[in-house]
Amino acid sequence: MRYLPLTQEDRADMLSVIGANSVDDFYTDVPESARLPGTVPGLPDHQGELAVERYLTKLANKNVTASESAFFVGCGAYKHHVPASVDMVIQRSEFLTTYTPYQPEIAQGTLQTLFEFQTQVAEITAMDVANASMYDGATSCAEAAVMACRATRRKKVVLSGGLHPHYAASTKLLCEAQGIEVVQLPAAIDGELELAGAVDDATACVIGQSPNVFGTITDMTPVADAAHEKKALFVSVFTEAVSLGLVKPPGEMGADIAVGEGQSIGNSLNFGGPYVGLFAATQKLVRQMPGRLCGETTDAEGKRGFVLTLSTREQHIRRDKATSNICTNSGLCALAFTAHMTLLGGKGLRDLAVLNHEAACDLADALEAVDGVEIITPRFFNEFAFRVPMNAADALQGLLDRDVVGGVRASRLYPHEDELSNVIVCAATECTTPEDIAAYASALKEILS
Amino acid sequence: MSMNSQGRPSTPVATGSQHDTETVSGSKGLYQFEPLIFETDRWGKTGVDLPKAKGTKSRLGGVERAGKAELPGLSEPETVRHYVRLSQRNYAIDLGLFPLGSCTMKHNPRLNEKMARLPGFADIHPMQPQASVQGALELIDELATWLKTLTGMPAVAMSPKAGAHGELCGMLAIRQALISRGEADTRKRVLVPASAHGTNPATAAQCGFIVDEISADKRGRVDMEDLRAKLEKTDDVAGIMLTNPNTCGLFETDIKDIADLIHEAGGYFYCDGANFNAIVGRVRPGDLGIDAMHINLHKTFSTPHGGGGPGSGPTVLSEALAPFAPVPFILKDEDGFRLVEEAEEEAKESFGRMASFHGQMGMFVRALSYMLSHGADGLKQVAEDAVLNANYIQAKLKTVMTPAFDGFCMHEALFSDKFTAEGIETIDIAKALIDEGYHPMTMYFPLVVHGAMLIEPTETESKAELDRFCGALESVARRAAQGDDTLKGAPYLAPMKRLDETQAARKPVLKWVPPAPEQLAAE
Repeated sequence: MRYLPLTQEDRADMLSVIGANSVDDFYTDVPESARLPGTVPGLPDHQGELAVERYLTKLANKNVTASESAFFVGCGAYKHHVPASVDMVIQRSEFLTTYTPYQPEIAQGTLQTLFEFQTQVAEITAMDVANASMYDGATSCAEAAVMACRATRRKKVVLSGGLHPHYAASTKLLCEAQGIEVVQLPAAIDGELELAGAVDDATACVIGQSPNVFGTITDMTPVADAAHEKKALFVSVFTEAVSLGLVKPPGEMGADIAVGEGQSIGNSLNFGGPYVGLFAATQKLVRQMPGRLCGETTDAEGKRGFVLTLSTREQHIRRDKATSNICTNSGLCALAFTAHMTLLGGKGLRDLAVLNHEAACDLADALEAVDGVEIITPRFFNEFAFRVPMNAADALQGLLDRDVVGGVRASRLYPHEDELSNVIVCAATECTTPEDIAAYASALKEILS
Repeated sequence: MSMNSQGRPSTPVATGSQHDTETVSGSKGLYQFEPLIFETDRWGKTGVDLPKAKGTKSRLGGVERAGKAELPGLSEPETVRHYVRLSQRNYAIDLGLFPLGSCTMKHNPRLNEKMARLPGFADIHPMQPQASVQGALELIDELATWLKTLTGMPAVAMSPKAGAHGELCGMLAIRQALISRGEADTRKRVLVPASAHGTNPATAAQCGFIVDEISADKRGRVDMEDLRAKLEKTDDVAGIMLTNPNTCGLFETDIKDIADLIHEAGGYFYCDGANFNAIVGRVRPGDLGIDAMHINLHKTFSTPHGGGGPGSGPTVLSEALAPFAPVPFILKDEDGFRLVEEAEEEAKESFGRMASFHGQMGMFVRALSYMLSHGADGLKQVAEDAVLNANYIQAKLKTVMTPAFDGFCMHEALFSDKFTAEGIETIDIAKALIDEGYHPMTMYFPLVVHGAMLIEPTETESKAELDRFCGALESVARRAAQGDDTLKGAPYLAPMKRLDETQAARKPVLKWVPPAPEQLAAE
């Protein structure tokens, strides 16, 4: 067995040092009825690298990849180009095969990158502080809601009609388990500002998204103002981190907590995970935050270094009084994010955002020219929704038959909203070529004619 | 013979004096000084080449960013150096034994990395049409089959994103089962041993349960008398959260009685599977009477820890809890595999959705690659070698250190600080181990043992490596027993001396801030 260094001779020697007859001696505490006589039945024995590689490659080849097709799927995950050096960085043994940096003297590599990550996230969201990452966007959103309830000592949250339904579902789940009331505004293409009218004296926070799940971007400042007037918090959500280079970020709209998905920067699509949840807040709320925080300090000789800090918020110290149960987060995905962000810089992020927006504008122009297509997202960054005069599922199947992965049917996210059954949400990025757009428009024209 | 340029052999020359250990550059030999990226002159620049924007008409509707995001952009050579230099300040499994107890730091096979990067897995979108991702769904289904078979459990929820998220999944399933019984408002009490991971009580609290702590007995197991006393009143009991093998590295001998007691009380049995590595392939938790257990793919099944994630925490469920499993999940019918994404119809009893998408696909690929490589026989050997290695360490060190409990251990050896001289603490031993070139063991956990030192070597260490480690730890332990004060200053040989965590927490500096203008002028 290639991964196990002990030889039979080693094992025998070690047993004699221990004073045991066989490894069975170590398992005598296991109830007899639960001791298997041999290996677990129903599973094959070990295999060589070649056999495993062949099997898994066969499975991989059954899937249509984003790079081999004209690809326009968004709704919370986006196909972006990741520079080659990013993957090299995260494959460094010292980053890949280390643990949460509990021993700072021998973990300054991880800690310094986390400090840089936190600084970058705070800057692009225009917030005061950011943590060292969460699992993903939806879980960050759920944690933001319960954090707002802790901070305000209130038990009601209001979700916009444009919040990604998966984020809304994750948030409802955690809130309801904690006896928090959740008010969900009806699905709306352009309804984020309706949150302003939904705040009352019992509201802990309102949660709005820009760009929202239909791609609509909104200056949510009036929502923040309305929330603050009632001493409630405003949570600003995004699923496309690249938008922060161009679109009004949470901090410029008065957000108290900003949460979102960081996959777009540095991370592959990976069929939904692992991703990296971004979580930022105002300075005032820092001690209510979930997750790890890395802070600056000095060592015994006065040299600057970094440590995990404010851990009295966390489960390993505070146990059932902790701000969250999160332990392992998304360390390596955060590293990929920060490495890519280090290459981009603020300028690169903006340039990249402009390219994304232009690609989406080109796509919108091309689709709008197709008879029967109606774009229904009024203002957008790199993603928008449009109506077709037929069932969206059939249209998408027709597109797939023509090698165009055309987006997400809104009915997959909103199975009960009949008026969305002919709506498709599509995204374009810097990876989208003029040929992809032309292919989309001509395929759609064929299907609709 | 090593040759310098022009063919001159290099010969050591005795100078008679030690060279000063401080340098002008801040670098020392192979150790390179590396500032923060913010302390470079790359502000306003970028290290990527993007095509020029065309100046298309905007559809932003004026919702634009007012202030620029000000961040430096490093060129590729600078970026690569930055991270390579920083990487060299990290300890890692690939460097040496990483005996962090309850963390299962084992070798991460590189085949798994290669497989996870196949475009057919890495370059597919969670929301693309299901007909175009049949291979991905098949892989998740295959992994689910392995997990169910290895645990002897009928169902598994694949979406939890880490161990603590898996705990949340299990406890939410219990909550939902109680709701369906109409007892969610009355059954609020969850029993948690004092030795539990902090995530257990934190998770129970996150689900709205009240934690009731049960004590450990002299053998490091659940105190059955205390448990029985806590179960005298039964109508408020939701369940128990128990790690097995437990955090003392011991198998809970009374586990079946515990399961019976909790079931008789009308509660459910959540088993924390963090220590599954000790029994994988030899014992199926399903045979022990549990209702739910998360499996840390990043521990037992060797997906890399990555400096704190990503993890993956699929959660197996009993018949009683399976109907309440979260969405999405995969079903197979005549048309192939499909995802059930809404908590309705065939998932109408589901407690709902936990995360953005279907789970940690990148980790699933790695874990399945690991399982296929090991097979049923290899996984059994994994558990046996892990337990053998831990017992070997315990046997080699038991005369110089104080084992916390009598008898054999499972996959980790636990010592107390009883053997140390007055004034020397567990942390001093841990930091001195750094000078010996090792990552310290888990310290001060579990809480039920004074000055705990929890050592988990895993199965991927050779006997020679274990001998070297034991030699190093033995010498440190002897110094601790003799009251060697120099231990208090350790580590001496690491890139940094002991860091001031108190100062960091008192006035938290959580991001880089530009130096004030007067400070710049003074420099």
